Amino acid sequence: MTAATPERHEPSARRSHYEVRENRTVAPGFLQRGRRIWEYRELLGSLTRRELKIKYKDSILGFLWTLLNPLLYLVVFSIVFAVLLRTDVPLYGVFLLSGLLAWTMFSTGTTGATISITGNGPLVQKVWFPREILPLSAIGAALINFFFQFVVLVIALVVFQRAPAWEYLPLLIPALAVTVLWSAALGIVLSAVNVHYRDVQHFLELVFLAWFWLTPIVYQFDLVGDLLAERGITDRLAMLNPMIPVVTTFQRVIYNPTHEIGTQAAANFDFLLGRSGMWYLENLAISGAMAAVVLVIGVKIFGKLEADLGEEL
Amino acid sequence: MEPAIEIVGVTKRFRRHTEPNKSIKERLLYFRKNEVKEFDALHDIDLEVAQGETIGLLGHNGSGKSTLLKCIAGTIRPTSGEIRVRGRMAAMLELGAGFHPDLTGRENVFLNGSILGFSREHVTRIFDEIVAFAELEEFIDQQVKYYSSGMYARLGFAVAVNLEPDVLLVDEVLAVGDENFQRKCLERVRRFQTEGRTIVLVTHSPDQVIQLCDRALVLDHGHSLHVGDTAEAVRVFRHALHASSGSTDPVLAEAAAAAAGGALRIAGATATADDGSDTVHPGDGVTIELRYVAADLVPSARARIVITTHDGVQMLNASTFDLLGHDLEALDGTGSVRFRIDQLPFLDGSYRVGLVLQDPSETFQYDQDLEACTFDVFSGRPIIGRVELDIEVEHSTGQRTP
Repeated sequence: MTAATPERHEPSARRSHYEVRENRTVAPGFLQRGRRIWEYRELLGSLTRRELKIKYKDSILGFLWTLLNPLLYLVVFSIVFAVLLRTDVPLYGVFLLSGLLAWTMFSTGTTGATISITGNGPLVQKVWFPREILPLSAIGAALINFFFQFVVLVIALVVFQRAPAWEYLPLLIPALAVTVLWSAALGIVLSAVNVHYRDVQHFLELVFLAWFWLTPIVYQFDLVGDLLAERGITDRLAMLNPMIPVVTTFQRVIYNPTHEIGTQAAANFDFLLGRSGMWYLENLAISGAMAAVVLVIGVKIFGKLEADLGEEL
Repeated sequence: MEPAIEIVGVTKRFRRHTEPNKSIKERLLYFRKNEVKEFDALHDIDLEVAQGETIGLLGHNGSGKSTLLKCIAGTIRPTSGEIRVRGRMAAMLELGAGFHPDLTGRENVFLNGSILGFSREHVTRIFDEIVAFAELEEFIDQQVKYYSSGMYARLGFAVAVNLEPDVLLVDEVLAVGDENFQRKCLERVRRFQTEGRTIVLVTHSPDQVIQLCDRALVLDHGHSLHVGDTAEAVRVFRHALHASSGSTDPVLAEAAAAAAGGALRIAGATATADDGSDTVHPGDGVTIELRYVAADLVPSARARIVITTHDGVQMLNASTFDLLGHDLEALDGTGSVRFRIDQLPFLDGSYRVGLVLQDPSETFQYDQDLEACTFDVFSGRPIIGRVELDIEVEHSTGQRTP
């Protein structure tokens, strides 16, 4: 034994604030939750990294798989639609990817978030941290995947020498924000509900399949717009599907149908071409507001279910 | 100084489904059949833990001790009441709970650190210490799925203790790894104590409570039976354990009720050394006498003797059946059972004698007194230990290898 006695540990002296953690009957409020998540942002980063690392662990190509996926879509769909189905949308692969990447981020983010708590059972049972971190890290991973896949799309634009709509480019920021917001709004509440009813994750698969085809990703928004116009219904009705503002914004900016003006193909994009930047922004704002309402309600429900997560798993 | 942990009136009510139905369809189908029973896993618990104190949560399975620990850790929320914890807390509810099998040891250390709420910078600073403590230098860059369970547990323990939390929650995890590592764990826990950190230890081992804790809380079916002195806590715990071992069989329950009615009682007990005092000297024997009163004829019964040291270690636990090969028969009126130990081989200390009268199936107790009498052993020699051993010491010297 050494003669020196160990230094007496003084927690309050070491840290600027002496953390007090409380566990009360009442769930913490919305803002307090936000603050806690901010305090645990480093964990959010670590768990997001973990999601990404694990996905391609033990594979030789690793992260390249993330890039191969959109590349394959680009090639296969270009062949099928342009050659076999003879679509009159020029550069169909680029059109598809413009909407598809945002949708993929939304659907994989939300699905990943939904199974994030059930998939981390031991962790949730044994250690406390703000539970929302788990669904949020799944969404974070989806967001990062989106950025990598987006690179493929950018390369395709360069290869095909097709410029995006520069003046509309800033719209991508609110469009991304709204996508993340929707993923969070749905993912947080579903992650807790899924603990009690595992049906949620299976049901969600079906919902996303239907939702995908109800969103103009494979086809153009004009087809929906025309259908509504024939019946004298405003196209705002279509915006009840909160993913439509996101997808149409991406298509308007990235695919940029202005290249078709003066050709026959322009008829496919009357709607998207005929609207101002404000129209897109308004739709995004409405979608975002709806997401915010769902988020607040969802977090409230999450707060109730959270009390027994450690036992129900 | 403000307490490290304050627990005020904490109750945790669980709904127990007769069968957990996990899907909506099943819940709808069995809605009526599925009776929901509510029960209190914790009932109105109050506890204050001072900074630097080590407190043991003692209770048998299902007593609510782990639920209480989870409430302190924050993984479940109490139904009423509140809990305040001051300072950084690390919970060792299960070693390596946050480990992901596909990540390497290194990656897991950082991940586990941030799960426990410590910054990457903090973990970087103590990383080498953690690896050295876990003795995993060679394996740290391997995926943990290739680790043995011992390596896994060692890394988990190393992360939790080396992060130097202010409050450490430990759930029966001190029994990991080989003896060498266990000793290291215990040493680290003791260092924690001398550094003035707070420890909450959940255990069903009275020995651990006596060895490590300043105070203890005894839980039984969610109720707090005792808070305070550890020796007393161990007594209360043992008592609760005996009481709860009663059978649910109706016939036996009736017999137990009769027993509780005083069919057979311990009337008194004495421990006497050969010289007539209660202090036994080396080489002497001791006689323990149990006197009983039977209200009616009891056809057969067992007497059990339990001798424990002052710090709760059992030196002997044997029934008359174990010793004689048959039960005591025809107990009626007053009588006595004498246990005579020739040349008591215990080393110095004071010893407690517990006596139990139980039925031959050992499903219920007629009566018990866990501290029926005491005796001391005194030799005046400085040998430390528990039992007297016949040791010959030989010394040879003067030989040189060519």
